[in-house]
Amino acid sequence: MLHTYVPFMVMILIGIIFGASNILLAEFLGPKKSTRAKLSTYESGMEPVKSARERFSVKFYLVAMMFILFDIEIIFMYPWAVQFKELGMYGFTAMILFMILLFSGYIYVIKKGALRWD
Amino acid sequence: MQIDYIGSLPLIVIWLALGAIGIVIQAFVRDNTRLVFGYYVATLGLTGLAAIVLSGHKGASFGGMITLGGYANYFDALFCGAGIMALLAARPYLQKEESEVDEFYTMLVSSVAGMMLMAHASNLVVLFVGIELMSISFYVMAGFFRTSTKSVEAALKYFLLGCFATGFLVYGMSLIYGGTGSLAYGDIARTVVTQQLTYPTLFVVGTTLLVIGLSFKIAAFPFHQWAPDVYEGAPTAVTAFMSTAGKAAAFSAFVAVFVALLPAGWTSEIAQNQQIVIAVIAAATMLLGNITAVVQSNVKRMLAYSSVAHAGYMLMGILAGPSLGTDGMNGHHAIVFYATSYLFMQMGAFVVVGILERRDGGFLNIDDYAGLHHRHPVLAALMAVFMFSLAGIPPFAGFFGKYMLFAAAIERGFTWLAIVGVVSSVISAWFYLGLIVKMYFQDAKDSGHEAPAGLAGFTLAVSVVGVVFFGLFPQLLINIFRSW
Repeated sequence: MLHTYVPFMVMILIGIIFGASNILLAEFLGPKKSTRAKLSTYESGMEPVKSARERFSVKFYLVAMMFILFDIEIIFMYPWAVQFKELGMYGFTAMILFMILLFSGYIYVIKKGALRWD
Repeated sequence: MQIDYIGSLPLIVIWLALGAIGIVIQAFVRDNTRLVFGYYVATLGLTGLAAIVLSGHKGASFGGMITLGGYANYFDALFCGAGIMALLAARPYLQKEESEVDEFYTMLVSSVAGMMLMAHASNLVVLFVGIELMSISFYVMAGFFRTSTKSVEAALKYFLLGCFATGFLVYGMSLIYGGTGSLAYGDIARTVVTQQLTYPTLFVVGTTLLVIGLSFKIAAFPFHQWAPDVYEGAPTAVTAFMSTAGKAAAFSAFVAVFVALLPAGWTSEIAQNQQIVIAVIAAATMLLGNITAVVQSNVKRMLAYSSVAHAGYMLMGILAGPSLGTDGMNGHHAIVFYATSYLFMQMGAFVVVGILERRDGGFLNIDDYAGLHHRHPVLAALMAVFMFSLAGIPPFAGFFGKYMLFAAAIERGFTWLAIVGVVSSVISAWFYLGLIVKMYFQDAKDSGHEAPAGLAGFTLAVSVVGVVFFGLFPQLLINIFRSW
């Protein structure tokens, strides 16, 4: 049963060799001519301004979290929609209940002003 | 899909009251913590009542994912009761700290919902969902004092280590699935009994990882390091709840999982290796917890280490397992009894600490308690009762819990472990009784301060009644256990 894993092993080995050899070859063979422009943060982009370590508003996180919530809702709803007839009344009530729970959370978020942007 | 709506009522009530109604109430009611508080106390009361009424209603629900009645309902009632006690203690505490926000009550009730799910689970995935629901609520509650460095540190530590432990837990579950081909407790037990394990190695490794994950939740020896820091840093009202109900919940899952994983008790060869490991963990937990508690100068840290030690005592019940005959001491019953009495005494002790704690976070050192009985005679007396019970002195509930655990261990041939237990109990008497000596026989250095109990008085009353009542009439609980 272990021999079924041999191709995986070979692939992992090739991956390691490929990655390591590329890094090492570039290190030993590549010419090193560093200029000011080459060493800048964005070589052909804009000039960086200010420090990157800055505090930013929690609002971004809130929006991202809300996005994930509704993303997951879709993930649950899609298979239900595909199997709608087979799941029948039970699936329908379960889904309605799930959406009520999610929706009451959404009401909470809106009333607490989590989506107000100022 | 087979659903027993009547039997599942406690779970349905708390889910709907929390997820559908409570959240909407909080959305529309602004700055009315009293309403939200009352609503959640009523919710827990109703849920607990439903659990008690339906405790004879046995069976399965949600397609066999959840068991009903008996054991699970007992724990439902216990968690709801603990939740109400914690809510009552938390409100005056948070008001004193001027950080009462109604979301706190939501988190507390959602952790109760998670615990109930853990006790009801008859499938590893449901168990996992329950553990996560409880733990995530705890992470948030531990860091509830946002501006306090200690509280935030506690939350972060708890969160990171908790995630790590969850990794072990889930990996263990996946390996158990690989070994037995099922996640349902019943199917796992059947596969193990008939010795149809596809890959026994996977099953053994999976069980070990699962034990590691659960040991973290109960704060047993090599996985206990988070407990002192988290219990010290978290708001005292939160510590009171998570060190008692959280531990009881983890043990409820521990027992249920072990019934499934080792259906034939400790007789098989796989089980015997596991048994030695758990015996060593239990011994080390008891000794380390109690010895480290001796040198603590902070009351919360001392109680945290003592809670580590109590996890060790309860692990003895896991080792003993269910009784083979009818007369024998049942290890699992001993755990449930101990978890119940531990809940009352430990919560009582932490609530006293929370009442005495100053607004600036002072009055947490053991030395501050010197001469306490002059200024707060009632609080000192209650604290003394809880300390006696924690030390295992009759006639309090802690004594009978310990007696049952030790007796069960000896009956299964773990005399050495019982001796370790007794020795560590003696060590623990040093600091439990030391606090009493401080309170009663030393002069106060501190001029003292007002410490109104408020609603927390109810919690203390219930705790002390529980500690004394179950100490005098342990048979009442044991009769309930026998009926499962």
